[in-house]
Amino acid sequence: MRAFVVAVFAFLYLPIALVVLFSFNAGRHASEFTGFSVQWYGKALSNPFLVEALKNSLFIATTSALLAALCGTAAALGLARVGARTRAVFDALLGAAIVVPGVVIGISTLVALVQLFGVVNPFLASLWPNDQPPRLALGYGSIIAAHGLFSMALVAMIVGTRLGSLDRNLVEASSDLYATPLTTFRSIVLPQIMPAVIAGFLLAFTFSFDDFIVAFFVAGAQTTLPIYVFASIRRGVTPEINAIATIVLVASVLLVVLAQWQLRQRKPN
Amino acid sequence: MRSNILRHNFLTALLLGPATAWLVVFLVLPFVAIAVFSVGERAPEGGYQAAFTFAQYANLPARATAFWNTMVLAPAGALACLLVAYPVAYYLALRAPERWRLILLALVVIPFWTSLLMRTYAWMYVLGGRGIPALLTYVGFEDIRLINTPGAVLLGIVYGYLPLMILPIYVSLERLDRRLLEASADLGATPISTFLGVTLRLSLPGVMTGFSLVMILLLGEYLIPTLLGGGKVFFIGNALVDLFLQSRNWPFGSAIAITLVLVSVVVLLAASRISTRLSGARRVDLI
Repeated sequence: MRAFVVAVFAFLYLPIALVVLFSFNAGRHASEFTGFSVQWYGKALSNPFLVEALKNSLFIATTSALLAALCGTAAALGLARVGARTRAVFDALLGAAIVVPGVVIGISTLVALVQLFGVVNPFLASLWPNDQPPRLALGYGSIIAAHGLFSMALVAMIVGTRLGSLDRNLVEASSDLYATPLTTFRSIVLPQIMPAVIAGFLLAFTFSFDDFIVAFFVAGAQTTLPIYVFASIRRGVTPEINAIATIVLVASVLLVVLAQWQLRQRKPN
Repeated sequence: MRSNILRHNFLTALLLGPATAWLVVFLVLPFVAIAVFSVGERAPEGGYQAAFTFAQYANLPARATAFWNTMVLAPAGALACLLVAYPVAYYLALRAPERWRLILLALVVIPFWTSLLMRTYAWMYVLGGRGIPALLTYVGFEDIRLINTPGAVLLGIVYGYLPLMILPIYVSLERLDRRLLEASADLGATPISTFLGVTLRLSLPGVMTGFSLVMILLLGEYLIPTLLGGGKVFFIGNALVDLFLQSRNWPFGSAIAITLVLVSVVVLLAASRISTRLSGARRVDLI
């Protein structure tokens, strides 16, 4: 059995290790390692399209994860204050946001937004008689909103779980000692849920940064890193992509380790 | 008193407001939109034209291959995942040395939270012409094609979703009351019948959770069949991308999307029914 487990771990990590190894290859080929070089990292980072896609992805992931952390945490706090029926409806919607396949989230958002723009844009144009009227279009906004939907549901669930295990005695003690609700929230509740909020933010960031399929539908003219990488892969496997893949893998591993570490923080003082 | 209740309600509304707006505008309304689109017609230049017809649904057999591939490879992939995952979860939960357990578990989880695109790309690299086939040719085999086959897609599926299968099984095995195993042995059961009657049986809820999670995600999969199936092994997800982004047949695409969601719901309901029957569903934390 141990041999089998070792084989499975090798199976999990060998392909990744190969990509990392060949990102440092001096030559162009995947079958032979002809020497150590970081030239592909230089090539990747001096490719303007790639850098643009990377910047877009960082902006979108940061914004959607921030929004998701804020709204998701607020929702989890709000859900602790409502009746069982409202809660059940909300939980079902949050569950749906997580379970509905990405392709379906992508196309339904695309379809709904295009319809909406079809109504709103002529209306805006009628308000701007002379100048160029503002035009709503797919882009940053739609990607952020579509990513945020899944992430917000994820944050609401993680923070909700944490709230469920919150020590109620502390909250009661705090109000017995005449703390205002706001003070109680700031000094008792918030510190206890903060690790869950941060973990939620980091996971939301990772998800948004990695997502291909949802962005593929709602990106409009924008390019994110996964969309760029996908397009390049279809043109052929190159060492430059190995370098990007390595950077992304290392970054996601760091983020996930950070998120896990945050989740395991018991008392953050 | 009255103002207290008002304030309580106002704060609750304030807290839930943004999330509600988000869920309604970007989940409920879009879903209603594709439901409406699915009974519409394709406009002559592409897109949607209002109508009320079930012609799109009647036309579903036109994409039978995509449905067939998905309906065969998704369960097959989930099953293959399960067969690989179970021994690993078993080892981690019941056999691994205590101090190694968390490290090994983290090693299982980390790939799941890293980019599926990059991990699938890694296999394009390994299975592609310059990877294993080049190695095999070097050893003496000729004309080996690994990539762009159903086998490659299946391999990609197992690779991509293995962590998601290991985790819930690990959780249910880890919670297993070890005294039951001793009791079973004390009562003269062989290791095999202890495994079948106690261990396996008590881990079935975890198995169901993992299986249904992987199945649901596979039903909407796009990247793995595209990158490792090379346009030959296409899934429903590929049909959807084609219909919405290339041929711009939105009503037909919507009908397929609605069907996909319905199939997912059926799978989830069946899984939760089976789990409940097996011994009460347990919540599993995925992170």
